[in-house]
Amino acid sequence: MSAPVSVLTQRFEVEDAHTMDGYLRTDGYAALRRAMETRPTDLVQMVKDAGLRGRGGAGFPTGVKWGFVPKDSGKPVYLVVNADEGEPGTFKDRELMERDPHQLLEGMVIAAWALRSSRAFIFLRGEYLWSGIRLEEAIAEAYREGYLGKDILGSGLDFDVTLHYSAGAYICGEETALLDGLEGRRGQPRLRPPFPAVAGLYACPTVVNNVETIMNVPHIVANGVDWYRSMGTEKSPGPKVFCVSGEVVRPGNFEWPMGTPARQILEESCGGMLPGRTLKFWAPGGSSTPLLTADHIDVGMDFESMTEAGSMLGTTAMMMYSDATSVVEACLNWMRFYEHESCGKCTPCREGTFWLSQVLERILEGRGVPADIETLQQACEQIFGRAFCALGDGATSSIFSGLKYFRDEFEHLVEHGRLPDGVSTDHAGVVTDNSGRHRPTLFGVA
Amino acid sequence: MFSPEMREKALELVGRYPVGRSALLPLLHLVQEGDGYISADGVAECAELLGLTKAEVGAVATFYTMYKREPMGEHLVSVCTNFSCKVRGGQEVFDRLAAKLGVAHNGTTADGAFTLEHAECLGNCEGAPVVTVDYLNYECVSADGAEDLVDRIAAGDVPPPTRGMIPPGVRSVQYRLAGLGPRDPVTPGVASDQARADDGAVPVPDAGPGVEPVTVEPSLSEADVAERESARRQVRDAGYGDEALEGEAGPQSREFPTRPQEGQPAIDDPTESGPRHDDEERGT
Repeated sequence: MSAPVSVLTQRFEVEDAHTMDGYLRTDGYAALRRAMETRPTDLVQMVKDAGLRGRGGAGFPTGVKWGFVPKDSGKPVYLVVNADEGEPGTFKDRELMERDPHQLLEGMVIAAWALRSSRAFIFLRGEYLWSGIRLEEAIAEAYREGYLGKDILGSGLDFDVTLHYSAGAYICGEETALLDGLEGRRGQPRLRPPFPAVAGLYACPTVVNNVETIMNVPHIVANGVDWYRSMGTEKSPGPKVFCVSGEVVRPGNFEWPMGTPARQILEESCGGMLPGRTLKFWAPGGSSTPLLTADHIDVGMDFESMTEAGSMLGTTAMMMYSDATSVVEACLNWMRFYEHESCGKCTPCREGTFWLSQVLERILEGRGVPADIETLQQACEQIFGRAFCALGDGATSSIFSGLKYFRDEFEHLVEHGRLPDGVSTDHAGVVTDNSGRHRPTLFGVA
Repeated sequence: MFSPEMREKALELVGRYPVGRSALLPLLHLVQEGDGYISADGVAECAELLGLTKAEVGAVATFYTMYKREPMGEHLVSVCTNFSCKVRGGQEVFDRLAAKLGVAHNGTTADGAFTLEHAECLGNCEGAPVVTVDYLNYECVSADGAEDLVDRIAAGDVPPPTRGMIPPGVRSVQYRLAGLGPRDPVTPGVASDQARADDGAVPVPDAGPGVEPVTVEPSLSEADVAERESARRQVRDAGYGDEALEGEAGPQSREFPTRPQEGQPAIDDPTESGPRHDDEERGT
């Protein structure tokens, strides 16, 4: 049994945490001063030892990624923060940036010190206007106070940050597609190798890290590796912000150690499912992770346990759905999302998502034929592992797992032309007060 | 066309990045601030500014969802219909708004007040169902609440969103998305213009593709080379100069296919002056 922690979200209750005053008052930028007394190579080693793994979905060890950057290549090293959060069900980065933008900047300057980088870009999702405004103000304050710009804190480090708004493309969350977008092209993924750490932005060494990943860095520096490893599991250490949504009483961002059983988060943080509804299926890490059932609710939320359970940790966007909700409808809704967001570079994903949408639509509307279920399975097998990037693989996750656990619902639709009793696609409006934990402060409203 | 003021802003954006083309997405946001959509003029301006073709700019503009092909209304209303919003009534919110405004997805009302779209996950699932106006979030919106919201905006009494500022109109927001900060300085936000192209500039490479002229060696087999040489020698022996080697008979005359290619019939040369197919000549 674990208890909730307050690391990345520790300033959520502080009214003015997004300002320099509020941030400094709560020990902000102390970790940066400590980091600047450390040799860059030791800092990379520290992040390696802490076992920090990427929080953007793939879980790649951050310290290892930093270690890939070649020394003295004669080219600048760029740091790019992936703030293009688009995975359905994920909203952790938005809230972290809105409430604690300086935490991101501090992590970035520490990363710049470790990587000897002098230029960074925050590639922010275009729809995140308010996060952007908070970041703009934080960047301006940091320049004014000497935490960004030339010769930061007298250490000799020059480091500049540019906030770059994207324009609405989920695929730009994939690191190589993000770099193409940042270079002013269509955001389509690149072939790896070369990896961005060797030849990324403008063919220079580039580190691309997720917002939450970078925000972990100051805490590792301030409190040490042992403290960090005291949370979470051996292979997935540290705290994690879980975004819970769907048919729960209190959706929201909740911080727990990695490896916490999903049941604890659901019951203690969210107050369980909505009255009169029971959990039927859930996605542990966004719509591109395979669905799980109520039987899996005690699985620990860490990379290894989730893989063992046949799913993935992904972005830890837990979407919980009840017995009144149709798996087929969920699959169709997400497939339309992937159809819309497929970049068109590779055929399996571009065509496959389109056809899967058609077939799912037919089944859900009661016009399906028995062969359709086989078609779904086969089409997914043709996409999985053959797509150019993970978007195609992710698109098949919900169908593979849906057919594995809820095949009877697909078959019932094909056979009877309607959903089983008690399941419907009419979703009555549910508006619950979710503002109890972090009541938002309104701009210009007393 | 860009006004002088806009051109100045555009140049400022280009001057931020180590490689100018990186400013393309912000520039397209700037185009939308001016025209309310990606206009042909705007595309041409961006192309000219960055030394790209209009097709290259158009290809980028059509890739991203936030760039619109038709002029937007004063406010852009986006309703999230992804699944976590849908199970809490997001679809009903969209349907009611569509009926009320009399437009479909991406449609603009006749009076030009609203453009309505159903959006993919807006990253605010804890506030489902979510409606954004000019990308500012209103959380936990019921279908009735959404109708009321639209009524109040139309009446000029814009209610504050759950967090953030009063929606100022989508064009004003596009100005911010270009990275130029607030158009009206009393509102929050600042231009992110501190870093310039020289900060972390890309060094000019002294080697690599497009830098050093590379001599491309034709991939001919030794037999081909020897044959070509013997053919050239024959032409010279016949008393013709080098200019005859590159004759006027079209592209084929530039090479001497004296040996029939595999699977090809032997070339019948109607003239007597042509090179003879004589294997004994080879290598002499």
